[in-house]
Amino acid sequence: MQEFLQQLINGLAVGGLYALIALGYTMVYGVLKLINFAHGELFALGAYLGLTLLTALGLAGGGPAAVALILLFAMGLVALAGYLLERVAYRPLRGSGRLTAVVSALGASIFFQNAMMLVFGAKARVYPGGILSGEVFTLLGAQIPATRILLLASSLLLMLLLYWFIHHTRTGAAVRAVSLDQGAARLMGIDVNRVISLVFLIGPALGAAAGVMAGLLYGQIKYDMGVLYGLKAFTAAILGGIGNIPGAMAGGILLGVIEALGAAYISIAWKDAIAFCLLILILIFRPTGLLGERTADKV
Amino acid sequence: MIAARRSLLSWSAFFASLAALPPLLPLLGVDGGGAVQIGVLNDIGIYLILALSLNIILGHAGIFHMGHTAFFAVGAYAAAILNTSCGWPILSALPVAGLLAALLAFLVAVPVIRLRGDYLLVVTIGVVEIVRICLVNNIFGLTGGANGIAGIGRAVILGRRLTTPADIFYLIWSFAALSVLLFSLLENSRFGRALNYIREDEVAAAGCGINTGRHKIQAFVLGAFWAGMAGTLFAVKTRLVDPESFTFSESVMLFAIVILGGAGSMAGIVLGTFLLIGLQEIFRDFLEARMLVFGAAMVAMMIFRPQGLLPARARRYDTGGRTGASPGAAGREKKPGPPAGNGAAGT
Repeated sequence: MQEFLQQLINGLAVGGLYALIALGYTMVYGVLKLINFAHGELFALGAYLGLTLLTALGLAGGGPAAVALILLFAMGLVALAGYLLERVAYRPLRGSGRLTAVVSALGASIFFQNAMMLVFGAKARVYPGGILSGEVFTLLGAQIPATRILLLASSLLLMLLLYWFIHHTRTGAAVRAVSLDQGAARLMGIDVNRVISLVFLIGPALGAAAGVMAGLLYGQIKYDMGVLYGLKAFTAAILGGIGNIPGAMAGGILLGVIEALGAAYISIAWKDAIAFCLLILILIFRPTGLLGERTADKV
Repeated sequence: MIAARRSLLSWSAFFASLAALPPLLPLLGVDGGGAVQIGVLNDIGIYLILALSLNIILGHAGIFHMGHTAFFAVGAYAAAILNTSCGWPILSALPVAGLLAALLAFLVAVPVIRLRGDYLLVVTIGVVEIVRICLVNNIFGLTGGANGIAGIGRAVILGRRLTTPADIFYLIWSFAALSVLLFSLLENSRFGRALNYIREDEVAAAGCGINTGRHKIQAFVLGAFWAGMAGTLFAVKTRLVDPESFTFSESVMLFAIVILGGAGSMAGIVLGTFLLIGLQEIFRDFLEARMLVFGAAMVAMMIFRPQGLLPARARRYDTGGRTGASPGAAGREKKPGPPAGNGAAGT
């Protein structure tokens, strides 16, 4: 029970990160029907920018307020990177085939990854420890570090904000309209290009937040960390039903928990394989995901 | 037929001039008798065989497959295990390695082949990762974990042990030439034409009586079979197989060779392999910047030349004058219309 609770909390904390990254995949897929392979790299970029700001501003001992500030900075900068990515690598390909855009996304991913390696170095970098409280709660005998709770809470907060924005604002309604039917949205007077740009600001910003949080959670970041996280977050997006925003949140958290429990009770060595097996099984048996709607588009 | 003869001639010239390289390089005074250059050409040869086999799947059938390394890995490990544990001569493992890779491909393909393009892409990426994790975790106690399998015996052909890079060179490039020959026959066969039809319009192809699912699975399995045999050649060359040789980024590289060279075009793929693998070796000193440039080039290519460097030409057939054209006109170069066949632009 104690072990289970411990793993559950671990899983929820990691799942929150997966969910934040998955939101970027799912929103882009919603409006462009494109798997943004460079999204994982934007997540890693967020982690690096967070660390750079943290050390440059000397905020390593600043507590949660400093972390929040860093988080916002990193989110803003990565949002800009996401915007540029769409303008340079995806917008010129609008209307050409799916494969063309996918290859462009792969190229952008390789570009970002190696740019980060050149700028930040090929070795893993260490996040300063104990920025957030080092306190550890004891709940029913399970040891729960306060950092995990704080991270889980912040990712949930970001998700709630996004949910509110998408479902309760005019702009959010425009995003939903574009993902339903681009042509019809345009006829209704929605500026589709602006909506797509907006999605490429929001998605990467959430990814960057996840990047900083991953640094705080694990204490170590590496230039190629975006690949594995990206693939897993994409799995989470599929799990929840790609294009579906609450689905990505649920899928991310579920994947984090499944992985943590699988690692604890099956074998830690097979942890990464669990996510990919899950991905294949979902695509075979329920390609619309858990919360995905049935669509006319044949999968 | 004139076009076919011309292409046969240029392929023969290409392989003949390559074959002349190992004795020529020392004569030209290249450092160390050109062993380094031959080594690079060996790498290029293996990638070429892999890219040609991927071309059947990705270029001709239009299946978004980014997991080719998985089949390559299965072939390499199968050969390594048969050689080191069962004492088979390494080259006799060639067909078995191919068959095992084909078996894996069949098991993967049957449930997922009907998925839409980009979903299939993700499944194949998942397969590469699963295979690599299995190798790292020393599955069935056979794969040697992260260290892989060392001590693979040398290949022997007609009593001759292949010891120098030049020996390996002739082995790999003979196989590459054989691949070009067989795949060009396949391309122009009924099967090859059916695959192209499926790539261009799956519904119409099904309407014309092509069993699309079966054809796609056959293309997938055939490509994997060939990749498995390429894996054996890799084991012959390196005499050591480890999981790090079969990562997702190798798959991306193969995918990029086919797309950037020209999907469905063998000349394009040869060019793509030489450019991507060859330049990578030449610019080893700029190790860090070269992949940056490569990524940017991939984006630029998709914007400015999505059909690849040397795109496949539209097929032309000699109608024997039955359509009213004089028989001599069939071989003459007509201005080609928009290339009907290139997977890069298709959706």
